[in-house]
Amino acid sequence: MSDPDSFRAEIRAWLEENCPAEMREPVRDEDDVCWGGRKFKFKNEAQKLWLERCAAKGYTVPDWPKPYGGAGMSPAEAKIWREEMNRIGARPPLSSFGIWMLGPALLKFGSEEQKVHYLNQIARGEVRWCQGYSEPGSGSDLVSLQTYGEDKGDHWVVNGSKIWTSYADKADWIFCLVRTDKTNKYQGISFLLFDMESPGVSTKPILLISGNSPFCETFFDNVKVPKHQIVGDLNRGWDVAKYLLGHERELISGAGGNDRLNTIGAFAKRNGLEDPLLRAELAMFDVDALAFSAMGEKFLDEIKVGKAHPAQPNMMKYAGTEINKRRHELLMAAGGSAALEWESEGSNGGSKARSWLRTKANSIEGGTSEVMLNVISKRILDLPGA
Amino acid sequence: MPLYHTEDQAMLADTARQFMADEGNIAKQLRHFRDMDCKDGFGHALWKQFAELGLTGILVGEADGGLGMGHVEAGIVLEEIGRNLTPSPFLTSSVMAATALGAASEDLKGRYLPGLLAGESVFAVAIDEGPKHRPERISARAERSGNGFKLSGKKAFVVQGGSADMLVVAARTAGSDDDDAGITLFAVPKDAAGMSMEVVRLVDSSQGAHVTLDGVQLDADAVIGEVDGGRELLTQVLNAGRIGAAAESIGVAAGSFDMTTTYLKQRKQFGKLIGEFQALQHRAAHLYSELEIARAAVIKAQQLLDAGSEKAELMVSVAKAKAGKTAGLAVKEGVQMHGGIGMTDEYDIGLYMKRDRALAEFMGDLYYHAERVAQISGY
Repeated sequence: MSDPDSFRAEIRAWLEENCPAEMREPVRDEDDVCWGGRKFKFKNEAQKLWLERCAAKGYTVPDWPKPYGGAGMSPAEAKIWREEMNRIGARPPLSSFGIWMLGPALLKFGSEEQKVHYLNQIARGEVRWCQGYSEPGSGSDLVSLQTYGEDKGDHWVVNGSKIWTSYADKADWIFCLVRTDKTNKYQGISFLLFDMESPGVSTKPILLISGNSPFCETFFDNVKVPKHQIVGDLNRGWDVAKYLLGHERELISGAGGNDRLNTIGAFAKRNGLEDPLLRAELAMFDVDALAFSAMGEKFLDEIKVGKAHPAQPNMMKYAGTEINKRRHELLMAAGGSAALEWESEGSNGGSKARSWLRTKANSIEGGTSEVMLNVISKRILDLPGA
Repeated sequence: MPLYHTEDQAMLADTARQFMADEGNIAKQLRHFRDMDCKDGFGHALWKQFAELGLTGILVGEADGGLGMGHVEAGIVLEEIGRNLTPSPFLTSSVMAATALGAASEDLKGRYLPGLLAGESVFAVAIDEGPKHRPERISARAERSGNGFKLSGKKAFVVQGGSADMLVVAARTAGSDDDDAGITLFAVPKDAAGMSMEVVRLVDSSQGAHVTLDGVQLDADAVIGEVDGGRELLTQVLNAGRIGAAAESIGVAAGSFDMTTTYLKQRKQFGKLIGEFQALQHRAAHLYSELEIARAAVIKAQQLLDAGSEKAELMVSVAKAKAGKTAGLAVKEGVQMHGGIGMTDEYDIGLYMKRDRALAEFMGDLYYHAERVAQISGY
């Protein structure tokens, strides 16, 4: 970066010019989030314009290299980008598992052809990805997965099923863990990519306690996957899977969210805050939440320059999800009976209650809090037998 | 600015870590001076060594002969002090009093800074008047008298007050007890007529002084900063003390945590190392997570203070609250996981518990600072 101040000025001017006013409003509904992909319907012209303008400059993935659709920003530049986005409350132009999870894994493990092909599609928001990891019999013990790919020369034939596949019914492609050697638990898994429109793929949404269905069951019935659609080496997909999980955990932790200067207590006060003990709980929470947002910033600063412990995303995931669950418990308490509303327009379709219930999955998905604590014990604290 | 140490800061951390481990360790300092029932509770020879490394002047401007560094650097030293439970006047003299003296007249600087820089003087800061941190309320009064002021009132639990060559005293020159305006800071020499002290020993072997000011006559040039307008300077002194105490708490937490995880890898019961039990692993992993977060809050607040940001006020309270809460967890888990020997005086883990308790109270505890977070946030 030549000069941080002039870089900041340049970004600020570009955002001023190019970020539509509607895209500086807080995200209120699910359809305010731009996920991209073949099936995505833009909510309005501004959402489409914002994506196109950012994609043209590489700003959907600012720190990816330019040949892969990014803007090639250094860590320091990317931080300035985030700060300037936060400053005007700009929505991310594009949200996707491609950006957060598959992209980093491809950058590390993908072939040059794969990087050029898939990463550019992701950066432009053309293909929406879902993640095929968990199976009905493989939750926390993910490595016991059974979905099997039979070698047929130039392709595999995949059979099995996945569960908790987020937005599988809306996704175009899947990155999927498939057993390619039944005799080796850890070194018998391959990381495959395939089109969700391939013959033999079907999905079935799962109705959750929130009343929503963000997750699906996904079934594979003799799905043909060409051999060039493997990432990394045959039977070494677990390495890719673990690396990607680090990014998934970082994502779920909420690190890098906006500087939460609006504390939960300030938010709750708008509904009147008359209980001194609740106020005290909110204040204690805000201490933890503001401290965690500093942690998020520190973690991102450190991971970009290789200073963070490689297992640190597990700590972030553990702490971030526990904080988020507490936040929503307190929002429910502060909201009182009004927060219980499930359908009314005034409650935005019961968004408080549904969000509260949704957060309960945070400490389960992507590795439970208990698994995170196991990993910290083993990899960071080096405790015996962990 | 990224939330990790620069290369220069990392070098300072190496120096401070080595120095405190070699010279400031528990056997050489805390236990030695405690067991000989030392009046000061710390070693003047060690204070001289602080000075030889330049550390006594870490926050003193370069023009005044100091290192001209910031709260990040002072925090680096304090973390090592915390890790080794090193008794020293560093926090009260080189952090808090030095912050006050930064705003003092050239005359006052000339009178006090050389002694500090040489490691010959010790300073204390007298603000609170009761057992809880309540700096909003200042009752001690300074009436105009002749060419100067006459101070009357009481100050409670003044850390290192009994050893201090000079006390920075916050007194009221106008208004009523809870007013923001009307505060003035004074430099009161230890032998000032009318000042008396009762020194009490605290749980962590440090000393607190109950100071009685009975018509203490001071010249006008004893005023630090502005008459009646001392609240802002007082807040700077408090913030320096708060973030300094938070950094020391991080050291206490880290020292206790390291001792405890080491023990988990050595102690056998039921034919296993106790660190193999998941019940203990998860608690240790949770503590690690809290310690990382507290550390982040502290460096964030240090950087904001050094940058003069308006967000510093909120983050300093977050940091003090979070660091205190985390160190509290670290020492409680430390004693519990050590089992019976954790209760013995012979073992150091209990010393961490004692120091944590005193540090948690110093400059405002978790409840005080959580309340402040609420108020600053507007609820």
